[in-house]
Amino acid sequence: MRKIAIYGKGGIGKSTTTQNTVAGLAEMGKKVMVVGCDPKADSTRLLLHGLAQKTVLDTLREEGEDVELDDVMKTGFKNTSCVESGGPEPGVGCAGRGIITSINLLEQLGAYDDDKQLDYVFYDVLGDVVCGGFAMPIRDGKAKEVYIVCSGEMMAMYAANNICKSIAKFGKVGDVRLGGLICNSRKVDNEANMIEEFAKKLGTQMIHFVPRDNMVQHAEINRKSVIDHAPEHPQADEYRALAKKIDENKLFVVPTPIAMNELEELLMSFGIMN
Amino acid sequence: MLLRHTTAKEVDRKALTVNPAKTCQPVGAMYAALGLHGCLPHSHGSQGCCAYHRSALTRHFKEPVVASTSSFSEGSSVFGGSANLLTAIETIFTVYEPDVIAVHTTCLSETIGDDLNQIVSKAKEDGKIPDGKRVIYCNTPSYVGSHITGYSNQVAAFIKFFSTATPKKRNVINLIAGWMEPSDMRELKRIAKVMETRTILFPDMSGVMDSPLTGKYDIYPKGGTTVDEMIATGDSKFSIGMGMYCTQDACIKLENKCKVKFEVMEIPIGLKATDQFIMSLSRHGNVPVPDSITDERGRLLDLIADNSKYFYDKRVALFGDPDTLIPLVEFLLTLDMKPVYIVTGTPGKHFDEAMTEMLKDRVPEAKFRSGEGADLFRLHQWIKQEGVDLLIGNSYGKYIARDENVPFVRFGFPVVDRPGSNSFPHVGYVGAINWVTKLLDVILDHQDRTCAEEKVELVM
Repeated sequence: MRKIAIYGKGGIGKSTTTQNTVAGLAEMGKKVMVVGCDPKADSTRLLLHGLAQKTVLDTLREEGEDVELDDVMKTGFKNTSCVESGGPEPGVGCAGRGIITSINLLEQLGAYDDDKQLDYVFYDVLGDVVCGGFAMPIRDGKAKEVYIVCSGEMMAMYAANNICKSIAKFGKVGDVRLGGLICNSRKVDNEANMIEEFAKKLGTQMIHFVPRDNMVQHAEINRKSVIDHAPEHPQADEYRALAKKIDENKLFVVPTPIAMNELEELLMSFGIMN
Repeated sequence: MLLRHTTAKEVDRKALTVNPAKTCQPVGAMYAALGLHGCLPHSHGSQGCCAYHRSALTRHFKEPVVASTSSFSEGSSVFGGSANLLTAIETIFTVYEPDVIAVHTTCLSETIGDDLNQIVSKAKEDGKIPDGKRVIYCNTPSYVGSHITGYSNQVAAFIKFFSTATPKKRNVINLIAGWMEPSDMRELKRIAKVMETRTILFPDMSGVMDSPLTGKYDIYPKGGTTVDEMIATGDSKFSIGMGMYCTQDACIKLENKCKVKFEVMEIPIGLKATDQFIMSLSRHGNVPVPDSITDERGRLLDLIADNSKYFYDKRVALFGDPDTLIPLVEFLLTLDMKPVYIVTGTPGKHFDEAMTEMLKDRVPEAKFRSGEGADLFRLHQWIKQEGVDLLIGNSYGKYIARDENVPFVRFGFPVVDRPGSNSFPHVGYVGAINWVTKLLDVILDHQDRTCAEEKVELVM
């Protein structure tokens, strides 16, 4: 079983990319579980065709310690298992603690046990690694592979670099490794070349360049992944390609985050097309 | 040698504290809250915090300490403690019927960012606070400051929630008590009465934390500043804050809120600090100092004069809280003793400045330290480097006293292994007389026990 965590700047398209990739893996016949680590609980919407999910923490709140796995795990597109950890309403409590509680609870409930015969577990984590709680998926040998979703925009790269810092930190004592950057295109000048160069500096690879296409939006409105909604569309093939690359990936590194000025230089030399 | 690993050689420490000279913020908040009549302290956090704070106070005062808790669970840590506190407020007013619930936070509720203002407003909206009852709150994260900070925050909250200015000023002086024993508060009230001044003392733990055994248990004992008195502090014409660390914040808040002028002085321990207190009370209360007080002072002077030879040049090590250490060091200097080592775990500049001012000419070799790194381990290392004739501090000093064979006077919080800290005042001239006899007792006992046989004297 491969455990994979997806990180990236807020709004970059982590949940969309994760679910579309998972759809690709499921289509290949893999058994996949998705664990949404975001209080908004919208990480499995496209696989489940709607926000029907009761979150792990909701059940904890309502039913105390007496939780069954079936209460929180729903089956989605092509037999994927979908779990949302959930969390407090905005501005109260501690979302970070929520993720810790929820992942521990899933382990106790046996969500990862061998009898589930999982090939993949995906953790879709909210935004940046802002505190200890959000690092939970990559601590203590939970997720061993991380993919960072980014684009050629300055702040997305800055966030990716920061995430690399925490992977480098946990990688030193644990076995978490960076598997690559997924470029979710924002149609920035020279984007693919720049992210490839950025990935090289971090010691990793750009595993796939996902072009921008309005079909993603159409599928989202229909509460479906692209592979589910428009299986013949070229964008669906992009996600299939990404799924295949992840399935075949062999390059796992402890990243080498770069300094701010290096990042700025990179943007200067690639980011402005003459 | 219980502390045989303590070495005379000091090694530079950056992060480690060994045997701290302080405890945790909510202990102070809880203690101060008990000084309000009919008040139930409430700890907003997990049960263990509340249990520890209650037992810390009980072990010292040998009195039941009643307090409630929000009993955080894993779920409350994630979703916030609002639901727990709302239920607690409802239960407390139904079952325990206090006049006031004084909520203080803990590390956990602070770190997850619970907003007490919002939660208490919600309790009010939902009708969970009966008419005439009140819920007040203060923030007491334990990773900031010490028990003294928590005490100060609670006293400042009294001002914030109660003190009210009406158009009519009253000829009353607020006496804001720093951390002291109930016996001290009783003594301050006696002095104010003898001087015929009208005062409001707050917080007032006398009659609460030293209540008499009557055979009948009362959750809210007779003592404590009443809510009405607390409200009236806004109309007083002056405030005397005793102890910079414990009361300055409250004094400033009261001036800002109700235009009550103030003076912050040291807790009246010893001759000089008591003189200042009496003079301030006389000036602002516009009353002469009565002969009976002057006589008390005279008896203290007589006692000091009779025994000065036993005090002269004796080296003393002290640890405890800044508001009591400062006047105590001054008093030791009055007695011609040499306070050579002083530590407090409570951080703050005033301590360092006051010590420098008092000691730089009179005991230039003195070492003192506050805040980080100021712990009993360091104090012990200093004592090992060059010995002392006397140690003053709370019960945790007994190990050092035993290892170094030093006379030891218990004073401060907590004293958990000897009775008496509640029975005799340490403040005022009477308190100073108690100090002199207490110090002499241990010094002379030690001399009688350890001097050469031919030097043993009957009359001393």
